[in-house]
Amino acid sequence: MTAMLNIRDLRAYYGQVQALHGLTFSLSEGSLTALLGANGAGKTTTLRAICNMVRSTGAIEFEGEALGARSTENIVRLGIAHVPQGRGTFTTLTVEENLQLGAISRKDRAGIVSDIERMYEHFPVLKQRYTQQAGTLSGGEQQMLAVARALMLRPRLMLLDEPSFGLAPLVVRDLFKILGKINREDKVTILVVEQNAQLALELADQAYVIETGRIVMSGPAKDVATNEDVRKSYLGY
Amino acid sequence: MELFTNQILAGISTGAIYACMALAVVMIYQAIDHLNFAQGEMAMFSTFISWQLMQWGIPYWWAFLITIAVSFVGGIAIERALFRPLAKAPILTQVAGFIALFSIINSSAGLIWDFTIKQYPTPFGSSPFLGSQLISTHQAGMIGVTVLLLIALYVFFQYTRVGLAMRAAASVPESARLVGINTSWMIALGWGMAAAIGAIAGILIAPVVFLEPNMMGGVLLYGFAAAVLGGLTSPFGAVVGGFLVGIFENLAGTYIPGVGNELKLPIALALIVTVLVVKPAGLFGRPIMKRV
Repeated sequence: MTAMLNIRDLRAYYGQVQALHGLTFSLSEGSLTALLGANGAGKTTTLRAICNMVRSTGAIEFEGEALGARSTENIVRLGIAHVPQGRGTFTTLTVEENLQLGAISRKDRAGIVSDIERMYEHFPVLKQRYTQQAGTLSGGEQQMLAVARALMLRPRLMLLDEPSFGLAPLVVRDLFKILGKINREDKVTILVVEQNAQLALELADQAYVIETGRIVMSGPAKDVATNEDVRKSYLGY
Repeated sequence: MELFTNQILAGISTGAIYACMALAVVMIYQAIDHLNFAQGEMAMFSTFISWQLMQWGIPYWWAFLITIAVSFVGGIAIERALFRPLAKAPILTQVAGFIALFSIINSSAGLIWDFTIKQYPTPFGSSPFLGSQLISTHQAGMIGVTVLLLIALYVFFQYTRVGLAMRAAASVPESARLVGINTSWMIALGWGMAAAIGAIAGILIAPVVFLEPNMMGGVLLYGFAAAVLGGLTSPFGAVVGGFLVGIFENLAGTYIPGVGNELKLPIALALIVTVLVVKPAGLFGRPIMKRV
């Protein structure tokens, strides 16, 4: 498999504070990769750096294209969908408008219409509520909406920041099932940042563990899951 | 009773102008979270441009359309040149920017067209409307143009992709960028549209207040009052607020002893203060909530 996303020596800064200290990793096309680590390790910063939402140095290449000089919106237009922490719902707009916005950079109107129908199949609850203001949805429904909105881009790569945050365990199971399906059937490469390491490792085929801005372990998800240190530090058993 | 109806109708017709100004104010407030103090001066300058075009012999409606187009481009130019560099500056710097813009435009207009008061034509005439003594054809025309403008804006924001993108950028800028919207251009577009709406307001009110560089001072205050009353986050509220302020202003001027024409303006200020104390989000605005 070829590498779709290549990151070399990534350093990111918030003002004077350095949050990433030379991250190097890559994602192969079609993979589902988990990025694990404790609070403050730099997981969210890594995702934000990929979309140029935080000041960073180093090289980020997506399908051979350097992302460094591109603005956030131009990176998204390459086919990188980012589901941010806290979901980023357009709370004052309707559910359907949120979905339309996901596809706002696309030109194929017929495709957009059929994709909205497809999202309603993936997430039936959104169909029931399509005229409602998105802010009135529950946390779980908003997370579904955020994932659906990201898919409306027809992304090649999807970045998810803590999709399980604040959701009931059953809802998380559903959501992860859908993510697996999207990865397999729609061939979307996925990079997911998670606190819920156990669940993420069940789903993923690759995993990276990050600690204070550095990658400390990498490999197939199965190996990482059975690693003694990881189990103690992140899986808690 | 006749006097009362008359005052209500007069209130609605000046209210139409306040509604336009309030709409322009809300448009920019949505985009950058600040009130544009120079909104009225921009409208005044646009009105002078249309007057100049007519002096050169261009017919009214052509001058009207050209002025709107020029104002739209001018609004975008002002945002790109002046406020984009200030986007991340502290609020006081931005306020200073607005005040600078205010006096630059005001003085330039005085320099180019001097400060004498000029007559401004109306295409609607000023005879009684439909034979009624209550309202003139110009007043009816003002209301008509405003209503058309509102419908056009509603359709734009509700049914076009650019309109949707603008609403998204105003709602959650970061998410808007994450779906590929160039939020910086959406702000510029908001400025352009605000300038164009202001131009329409200026052209409609000029036959009433006459054309001179300070013509919009009072009008803008009423526009602010309308926007605050309706809610700074709601274009619909701004319009309703505009009509309410217009009616309120006229009734108070007529029926409250001692207010009269001279003391009408403080009423706008009193209204702003009252709304901010009693219902800060306005009649139709959403309360701003922040997690702490």
